[in-house]
Amino acid sequence: MAKKQVLVACGAGIATSTVVNSAIEEMVKEHQLDVDIRQIKIAEVSAYTDTADLLVTTAMTKKEFPFPVINARSFLTGIGTEETKKQILNELLK
Amino acid sequence: MRDIYLDESIIFLDLQEKTKEDVLSVMGGKLYEKGLVKATFIDAIIAREREFATGLPTKGVSVAIPHTDIEHVNQKTISVGILKEPVAFGVMGGGPEETTPVQLVFMLAMDETHSQLALLQRLMQMFQDADTLNYLCREKNKKNVRYLIESKLDVAFKGGE
Repeated sequence: MAKKQVLVACGAGIATSTVVNSAIEEMVKEHQLDVDIRQIKIAEVSAYTDTADLLVTTAMTKKEFPFPVINARSFLTGIGTEETKKQILNELLK
Repeated sequence: MRDIYLDESIIFLDLQEKTKEDVLSVMGGKLYEKGLVKATFIDAIIAREREFATGLPTKGVSVAIPHTDIEHVNQKTISVGILKEPVAFGVMGGGPEETTPVQLVFMLAMDETHSQLALLQRLMQMFQDADTLNYLCREKNKKNVRYLIESKLDVAFKGGE
């Protein structure tokens, strides 16, 4: 299986993506996956159009991307976290 | 790494502003007055909030964590605003019309990217604790607010007694 590239993005690339990034790192470790995680600003996503397999973001995106986009707000509020983790895992295991 | 700043002068009780822009102006204005952020911070944080909303519906009252780019910041700071009446903020990651009635504002002035993971994680953990959020909404003593946040975030803040 090729190494998946996961983008973790928020508006500033400072606060919320840091928290989400760490949650995903933990998941990846727990499931022993080999994943390339990039923490970026949402404005930088376009630069990864050709390489990324998944975007996990707390920011809203109007653009369409060739890879799935998962909303990560639940990592911040604790509401629906398990569901979000499942979604992410499903994408990583594809 | 420098410590994070919070003192009673940047804890706001009973904020009566009616719009998110006014809330951000008042809080950001105080940070500027104290030299914690640059003059550009206020416009930047308002613009950022419009583009990327930070309102978070929780199991308790809704919160917002407005923040902006590091170049507008002099000193890493958290400012806390407790609103007298809820103010509509856009929902983080939500649709353009989606808002949530925010009662607690945690303004983050961060001076490094990808930093402060532990602090941010504890802050998000606090957002999952409805009792703490409800308590903060009612607390009328700034010292108590500061002590509570210090203990929840497990940091000793720089800043005056």
